[in-house]
Amino acid sequence: MNNNIIYRLDWLLILVYLLLVSFGIINVYSATYSETLDGFFDVSQPVGKQVFFLIFSFFVGIIILSVNSKFFEQFALVGYFVTILLLLGLFIFGKTVSGATSWYSIGGLSVQPSEMAKVSTALVIASFLSKFQSDLKIPRTLLKIGAYVLLPFLLIVLQPDPGSALVFGAFFFPLFREGLNYAYLIIFLSLLFLFFITLSFHFVIVIGIITLVIFLIYYFLKKINSKLKIWPFIIFLIISIGFSFSVDYIFNNVFQQRHRDRINIVLGKEVDTQGVGYNINQSKIAIGSGGLNGKGFLEGTQTKGDFVPEQHTDYIFSTIAEEWGFLGSFFLIFLFCFLISRMILQAEKQTNKFRRIFSYGSAGLIFTHFFINIGMSLGMVPTIGIPLPFISYGGSSILAFSIMIFIHLNFDANRLNDW
Amino acid sequence: MIRRFFLPVVTVFTSIVFVGKLISLQLLNSSYKLLSDGNAVIENSIYPERGYIYDRNLKLLVSNQPVYDLMAIPENISSFDTLELSKLLGVLKAELTEKIKSARTFSVKLPSIILGKISRERNAVIQEKIWKYPGFFLQKNSVRDYPVPIASNLLGYVSEVNKNDMKKDNYYRLGELIGRQGIEKYYERFLRGKKGKKFYQKDRFNRIIGSYEGGKYDVATEGAQNIVLTIDRQLQQYGEELFQNKRGGIVAIEPKSGEVLSLVTAPSYDPNILVGRKRSKNFRKMILDTLAKPLFDRGLQAQYAPGSPFKTLNALIALQEGVIDTNTKYLCQKGHFYARGMFMECHCSLGTVNDLHSGIYKSCNTYFANIYRRIIDKAGENVEDGMNIWNDHLKSFGLGDYLGYDLPVGKKGFIPNADYYNYWYKKGGWKSATVVSNAIGQGEILTTPIQMANFTAAIANRGYFIQPHFLRSLGNDSLKLYPKKQTSIDSIHFEKVINGMHQVVERGTAKIAKIKGIDVCGKTGTVENFIKINGVKTQLTDHSIFIAFAPKDDPKIAIAVYVENGYWGARWAAPIASLMIEKYLNGSVKRKWLEGRMLNGSLLAEYKKSYSREPFLINE
Repeated sequence: MNNNIIYRLDWLLILVYLLLVSFGIINVYSATYSETLDGFFDVSQPVGKQVFFLIFSFFVGIIILSVNSKFFEQFALVGYFVTILLLLGLFIFGKTVSGATSWYSIGGLSVQPSEMAKVSTALVIASFLSKFQSDLKIPRTLLKIGAYVLLPFLLIVLQPDPGSALVFGAFFFPLFREGLNYAYLIIFLSLLFLFFITLSFHFVIVIGIITLVIFLIYYFLKKINSKLKIWPFIIFLIISIGFSFSVDYIFNNVFQQRHRDRINIVLGKEVDTQGVGYNINQSKIAIGSGGLNGKGFLEGTQTKGDFVPEQHTDYIFSTIAEEWGFLGSFFLIFLFCFLISRMILQAEKQTNKFRRIFSYGSAGLIFTHFFINIGMSLGMVPTIGIPLPFISYGGSSILAFSIMIFIHLNFDANRLNDW
Repeated sequence: MIRRFFLPVVTVFTSIVFVGKLISLQLLNSSYKLLSDGNAVIENSIYPERGYIYDRNLKLLVSNQPVYDLMAIPENISSFDTLELSKLLGVLKAELTEKIKSARTFSVKLPSIILGKISRERNAVIQEKIWKYPGFFLQKNSVRDYPVPIASNLLGYVSEVNKNDMKKDNYYRLGELIGRQGIEKYYERFLRGKKGKKFYQKDRFNRIIGSYEGGKYDVATEGAQNIVLTIDRQLQQYGEELFQNKRGGIVAIEPKSGEVLSLVTAPSYDPNILVGRKRSKNFRKMILDTLAKPLFDRGLQAQYAPGSPFKTLNALIALQEGVIDTNTKYLCQKGHFYARGMFMECHCSLGTVNDLHSGIYKSCNTYFANIYRRIIDKAGENVEDGMNIWNDHLKSFGLGDYLGYDLPVGKKGFIPNADYYNYWYKKGGWKSATVVSNAIGQGEILTTPIQMANFTAAIANRGYFIQPHFLRSLGNDSLKLYPKKQTSIDSIHFEKVINGMHQVVERGTAKIAKIKGIDVCGKTGTVENFIKINGVKTQLTDHSIFIAFAPKDDPKIAIAVYVENGYWGARWAAPIASLMIEKYLNGSVKRKWLEGRMLNGSLLAEYKKSYSREPFLINE
């Protein structure tokens, strides 16, 4: 069976993966380029470490491809608790970098268990949902799933690395796919909507908008279903206004100034290009200056000038957009879009629920990173420091996402081998 | 269905939104491209070294010296020992703290000058230790250097541009230098060359991290040119020394070429005081000195009555107009009545009969008053024609107008014509007797010393002059040739006047100007002058004037000397002119006694009289 897996592998997906990681290496090289940089294999430099981790990822990938896919289902819970232990261990052995205790330092290389936690949580949720024939309509199942997600989430928040923790929201996608009540989607979207309009507009206008929207919805639904009662809508209206109030309160009294600033910048409220808005503004300048064709490899003046902070990690997209221009960034977005969609389509073909949920979860995680990271670089999403999968510098990140891709490839190749 | 397609749709939708945003940022909005250039690229101007200025013998008049500015970028300054640095710089601690504070107010990211124009010596000391003070660095600069402190008004000076300069010429940017006054101003374009540009890549700390795109957009500087002046450094310096403690000017011209050999104005100033840290203070001081006016170039700008030297021109005009010949004689009785009850004094003794020759060397007022009236009355009753004929002749000598020399300042002087007198006396209300003062260079005529030197050169050349000029050659160009300007007097008449001028020195009013072995021709002058003191017209001691050229038969130098309030011509002006001629032609001066008298002589007491608020005597 494992002998002919080579023929059953989705080589197109592998090609996309390889394109992404090599593009990543090139841009990490450019973003960290200096006269003293000694090629791609200088392990004392970021790009050398990245290459090392990539090669290690390939090695792990080959092992993953040669393992029976059933193994992952059995391994899921063990793997999950190992990562939880690793996350707990950080509080004792962890290395603190810029305020967050998120790393283990092993012989000059740093490992970030929160990246691994994404894979193992995806595995454990897939395993849990498939094993127990669980029904997402049963509150007990929901609570258990919530506990699986919340445990690593809280541990990561405590590091503190709220950005990475937020990514666990990505599990909404597989859960929704597997039958999570629409109500959650509506609540999720309503909260998001209310959150932003509350912060964007004056309170009186917000109440007006909420009232108008709710009554419009009521009006249209009434046409479809004449028996519809109005009181749930009025309750919803009151709750919405109450939520809006509390957002206002939380924003002004609970959030710290830097959080407020980050959100305000995205809302275009404060244009402070030298203070907190600096990162986003510089990133936008770098992106905008790329033009159609970009400035060319190693030619980005914004990149070379080191104007964009964290450029090899969180803001790697600005390097790409500056040096490779619109064409390069379009190509990158296309690759991501293709990768995510293909993973989902392949997941849909799975008859095995475990594999499907895992693949779907992985796609959701990649999408969430893609959405937040590029959105942040473009100034459309508040600053949340998470890497761009396969591209950003970060050994643990590239390893974790590679593992996701290889497990998915394994699952996809073994789609017809039911057990 | 919604569940299945939710994530793919969201993914595609997100991608589309991202691409849309990219289109707006990268393809539609060009302002981000410019911002990036402004952000990451710094454009530095590079300047060619300002051209040197040499004298006619290629001796250096103006060069450049390196100075250093101590700069600081406030945000890069880390804590340091203020006291130690202030000692190193030689300034007070408080002053240093204040400077850093104001630099910080200006910009934390951009460099500011903390201490400007540090000398080479001090720089060497600072350079050694500056590494101890992060955020501070030394920037090399270049300022003018004057090996000999002479000719400051002629050379002009260099200073930073002001708003007006930048408005007039958009070449200049704040902080750049521009030539002011004199040669520095007139030949600014050649001396400064054309600045180039260098583009550097900056990082976000505003640190330069290398040249931008390998210097692809850099613009090379275009050569600043050295210029060679017609001035003789040695002669210029000598003239300035002779004029110590006196006011006035010297203009010496090489008659054959029109080259100005020296242009002395006194009092002047040491050009080095307008270089370096005390520049503006010194400049202010000079501007405010309205009595001595050190920035006023008396050689070019001072308009005086020409006095007796002007008689030579009247003689030439009379000869040209045929109203006299060499035998025409007039009787002088210590002067003469030129109209009823109007007597013009002369220093001839009673019963002296003068012809042209003796009229010149004795400077007989009577003789010249008469021949002048003949010129004016030549056309009979119609004095206007006579006046205009006289005026035209004078104009051909370059009087009454700018000479067109290559310096930015000058004055026209004044030669009256018929219209002028018709205005003042009404038409027909004046006669030759009315304007007879013009005969002896008083009256309404005004000339500048350079105009005097120029007509002296025209006499020396026997009928022509060449526009006086100061530029001998520019860069590698050969000498520029200027056209001859013919005067309206035929050359045959000059010899007669020149013989008279020769006798002025040989046995006339300026025997003191005689130089052994050199035939000097000259003419003294003593000019009455008045100022208003508290609204009252008050006469001051006469100006001492002398014009001369030498040698008589092959003139190499023509000179005009004005000594304000120096009394009679032979007292100061003639000796100074004579010493200048000797110095120029012989290279050294043998008459040490005369030289000593001139060098040590001072007229400062004379100049104090007019503002002493006390009654004073003149012509003592």
